[in-house]
Amino acid sequence: MEPPQTSSAVTLRVNGVRHRLRDLDHRTTVLDALREHLGLTGAKKGCDHAQCGACTVLVDGRRANSCLLLAVAYDGAEVTTVEGLADGDALHPLQEAFLVRDGFQCGYCTPGQLCSAVGMIAEAGGGAPSVVTPPGTAAAGAPVPLSPEEIRERMSGNLCRCGAYGNIVAAVEDVTR
Amino acid sequence: MSDPGPVRLEGREKVTGTARYAAEHTPPGTAYAWPVPAAVPRGRVVAVDAGAALAEPGAVAVLTHENAPRLKRVDDDTLLVLQNDQVPHRGWYVALAVADTPEAARAMAAAVRVSYAPEEHDVVLTPGHPRLYVPEKANAGVPGSRERGDFDGAYASAPVRVDATYTTHALHNHPMEPHATTARWEDGRLVAYDSCQGANAVQETLAGLFGVDKGRITVVAEHVGGGFGCKGTPRPQVVLAAMAARHTGRPVRLALPRAQLAAVVGHRAPLVQRLRLGAGEDGVISALAHEVTTHTSTVREFVEQAAVPSRAMYVSPNSRTTHRVVALDVPSPSWMRAPGEAPGMYALECAMDELACAAGVDPVELRVRNDTAAEPDSGKPYSSRHLVECLREGARRFGWEARDPRPRSRAEGRLLVGTGVASSYYPVFHMPSSAEAHVTETGRYRVRINATDIGTGARTVVALIAAEALGVALDRVAVEIGSSDLPAAWLAGGSGGTGSWGWAVHKACRALNAMVDARGGTVPPGGLTATADTADDIPSDPPHAMASFGAQFAEVTVDTDTGEVRVRRLLGVFAAGRILNARTARSQFIGGMTMGVGMALLEGSTMDPRFGDFAERDLASYHVPTHADVRGIEAHWIDETDPLLNPMGSKGIGEIGIVGTAAAIANAVHHATGVRVRDLPVLPEKVLG
Amino acid sequence: MRAFAYTRAGGVDEAIAALAASPGGMFLGGGTNLVDLMKLGVASPGLLVDIGRLPLTEVRETPDGGLRIGANVRNSDLAAHPAVRARYPALSQAVLAGASGQIRNTATTGGNLLQRTRCLYFQDVAKPCNKREPGSGCPAREGVHRDLAVLGHSAACVATHPSDMAVALAALDAVVHLRGPGGERTVPLCDFHRLPGDEPQRDTVIEPAELVVAVGLPAPPAGRSAYRKARDRASYAFALASVAAALDLRAGVVEEVRLAFGGLAHKPWRARVAEEALRGAPATEESYRRAAEAELAAAEPLRDNAFKVPLARNLAARVLGDLAAEAGKAEGATAP
Repeated sequence: MEPPQTSSAVTLRVNGVRHRLRDLDHRTTVLDALREHLGLTGAKKGCDHAQCGACTVLVDGRRANSCLLLAVAYDGAEVTTVEGLADGDALHPLQEAFLVRDGFQCGYCTPGQLCSAVGMIAEAGGGAPSVVTPPGTAAAGAPVPLSPEEIRERMSGNLCRCGAYGNIVAAVEDVTR
Repeated sequence: MSDPGPVRLEGREKVTGTARYAAEHTPPGTAYAWPVPAAVPRGRVVAVDAGAALAEPGAVAVLTHENAPRLKRVDDDTLLVLQNDQVPHRGWYVALAVADTPEAARAMAAAVRVSYAPEEHDVVLTPGHPRLYVPEKANAGVPGSRERGDFDGAYASAPVRVDATYTTHALHNHPMEPHATTARWEDGRLVAYDSCQGANAVQETLAGLFGVDKGRITVVAEHVGGGFGCKGTPRPQVVLAAMAARHTGRPVRLALPRAQLAAVVGHRAPLVQRLRLGAGEDGVISALAHEVTTHTSTVREFVEQAAVPSRAMYVSPNSRTTHRVVALDVPSPSWMRAPGEAPGMYALECAMDELACAAGVDPVELRVRNDTAAEPDSGKPYSSRHLVECLREGARRFGWEARDPRPRSRAEGRLLVGTGVASSYYPVFHMPSSAEAHVTETGRYRVRINATDIGTGARTVVALIAAEALGVALDRVAVEIGSSDLPAAWLAGGSGGTGSWGWAVHKACRALNAMVDARGGTVPPGGLTATADTADDIPSDPPHAMASFGAQFAEVTVDTDTGEVRVRRLLGVFAAGRILNARTARSQFIGGMTMGVGMALLEGSTMDPRFGDFAERDLASYHVPTHADVRGIEAHWIDETDPLLNPMGSKGIGEIGIVGTAAAIANAVHHATGVRVRDLPVLPEKVLG
Repeated sequence: MRAFAYTRAGGVDEAIAALAASPGGMFLGGGTNLVDLMKLGVASPGLLVDIGRLPLTEVRETPDGGLRIGANVRNSDLAAHPAVRARYPALSQAVLAGASGQIRNTATTGGNLLQRTRCLYFQDVAKPCNKREPGSGCPAREGVHRDLAVLGHSAACVATHPSDMAVALAALDAVVHLRGPGGERTVPLCDFHRLPGDEPQRDTVIEPAELVVAVGLPAPPAGRSAYRKARDRASYAFALASVAAALDLRAGVVEEVRLAFGGLAHKPWRARVAEEALRGAPATEESYRRAAEAELAAAEPLRDNAFKVPLARNLAARVLGDLAAEAGKAEGATAP
């Protein structure tokens, strides 16, 4: 009997560039594909179990923990990493705000915080509630205003051990206000 | 408006994802390693069967105590990995799998079969443990035990007394970047990209372990994803990576899995602290005893010096401060942000709150009454001490005056609300460092020093200090840090980085200016270079005691149905010398306070008595604060001018933020509920009526 | 993680057939729990049958006034769905109380139901666990078990089911639509998860190669519904205890009530004893507490988790009280 095939060709479109990985181990996560195969080390490996958020990227426009996504299952997906947020030399407004507000210290959670914030702002803008959104306040589909409490709850999947939370919330507010 | 301070020099790299950390350097041919932790609490490795592991596709090697390169003993036995068959505690590394890919390495590690001869283990700290002893020295070289005056007599005759015991559980640093190394040997030279707080310490230790001249070793730590003490000295990953690279002849990457950190990178040891305060009716302390019981491992003695703040904080003419420790079959404890001070001040500052209640004195006023101009234990005057000013300024900003001191006096619906205060304290350390300053013919400056930026803003503050010493604009100064090839310097630890590095940088820059001045203000082609070393400048026994002080105020809510405690406001006011960069200093303070919120309400692991490991080892079960846990956090400071410190007039600020936070919160919980929780963290069941 | 084969199913039946032919295989949905368990070595499938792209992504109105939720509806989409928010607020709130924004974007409805306990011994392959390795023992009973069960546990297992969503579904009388090699069947959600008994390795009644294809909700219960979770951390933490409830009052008397507890047992715990005690009772805090106590009388706390009993009681009384207060407010608002 043929041994089962444990690797496959996988195509990912990352920050607008198409990458074909010809023979990728099925065990390889999107995070490891980015970091070890594509040289994009912006997304970080803090826990490898979706418990810290440092690996957050946008997959087909939505934020996800790339450490738990098997790359083979995301063949053809559009991935945006922190390296893809700036427009050439012009930083994304959130990146600028993080600099000014000192929304980071060691910088290791930062790419995940940034990608998460981008995704989170879009989610709230699309009317997605959070657990602190008072029931019935926003009509379904209407944007949910991002109060500090909303930002904190929605960003809670991104741990920061340096304790830059207050500054991160201020940075997000700078962009959303 | 005061100067907000510059943004971090490496900020752009960090927000664009181009800053490279230790596991993000991939020399051609890099192999990946994955460690195998011991699965028994104590015993001996009888056999390692690597057959199945080596049969995995992509397998390169399995290192065990039988084939790993031999190491020479240095001053830290936790680094003697794979040298013999002994298992001193669960999680101790017994093998290392190396493969072509990270996926294969993980699979190999799971396939390594280790058989053990288990031995009986003893992992539970008890205050009456028969093997407790008083160590000669605790961490930081402080005496294990100190007595002044007649504590027993003074305590017995004190009209107001507090006798309370506080317990804390093991705490884990958990920097967001797990310990990682990429190592390669080339022509007998070792290059290691290591996630550490100081590349010189790693370089010197590797030189000793491998018996290689340190000139043949380069350790790079350009960007480090946090440390908080657990990367202060080398940890096993750098030793294993270097061993594996030597064994396989390939560059090797080893990033420790998150859930293995608790066993091998150190932890804050669990503590039992008995505080006895004897005071007059006015609350002024006449007798103070702070008795600490803790554990260490059988591999290395590390004693958390939790009684130390009681030697420094308040008037205490009669004092007993002691540590007792027992070596158990547990992972080795080590430094975690403000070792000694953080847990010690939790106990002391809660006891002060209890004393305030017992004496009927306002807790802020009680601390003011017990202020001292000299460090009680040494008798040395403080070079500067503005604790009272911090307390007063904090009380003003927080609105402390309006507080009704009676417990359970504030409710909002089903929430009880309370406020609490505590003092903060952290000593000033300076360590010898060297630096180099260079100026080009065109007036550009370059400063080189092996400082380490673990998130503190070191790179930026070094540049600021240099620019000021040189008398030039910041943008004319380039800084090189984070490599053992640079002039050697103290590590990022003990809140002593900025003071130690800055001193050397200041000296080098002033020397450079003198060289330029000596040439009539001209710089020759090729530029000028000045070097400095502060080894002879830092007094070994300064005539003054030096420390930062602060005051923290917390407002908490306690849900009467669920017992959930949340911090609503947390305010810190600090007196920490001259603040060199307001932007990053504020981040240091609030960062420490945030970790203090974790210590107060969330953090603490359980030593599993049967299996001998910390049960909560990942970030799902070991709760560090999330965004949602941190509201209303503010840090302020008092301008402090102190010429006795160093040329910058600065004190350390990396650790004081966590000191006092837990006590302020626990005291606020008492004020809210009337329940005195003397065991951290304050989990719902401890306040649920 | 051992190497595995991978196939992406083109249709539901194809997926089922693929797995039926490969006993060591597993379905891959969002993977937020399965990939985690594979990394831990707790799950070691030889084949993953990827069902993530099957068109089970619809939330559809049903003729009986309920909803049919496709198994691949992402947790965040479920919580944000207008019909769910408007008519089943307890479900929306429960989903949003779980995990993080990122995980909810990836995790699916079917996968959420099938997620496994976070008992620390279950997740550590170097230790015994009857759920992972039947007959090896349960160290949690005497070990670290603060987060574990107080109701319905057995000598073999004291694990809790970690889902928030499933607790709301239990209160809402949801059903699980399954499809397997033998065809389709529908199981009430309250019967879908099992108590551990002496077979703790079986979390649910699902059979080999059976696939959750949808979750069905009947028309919403009369009155209002809500979900509340108590946890150590303010967000991103599993429940110490949680409550899903629906309450309908008539003139200050409980007309209809639904109550389910999370975090207390091996399955979402539908509190039928409490419901029975409440029907016809005055809508007072006293009634709520007594009813919850009646339910919790069956609790057998372990050494370190007895606090869950009063916590669950208080939480139930709180949620019911809040629902009653809201109902009162709404009545006031609509009164002429």
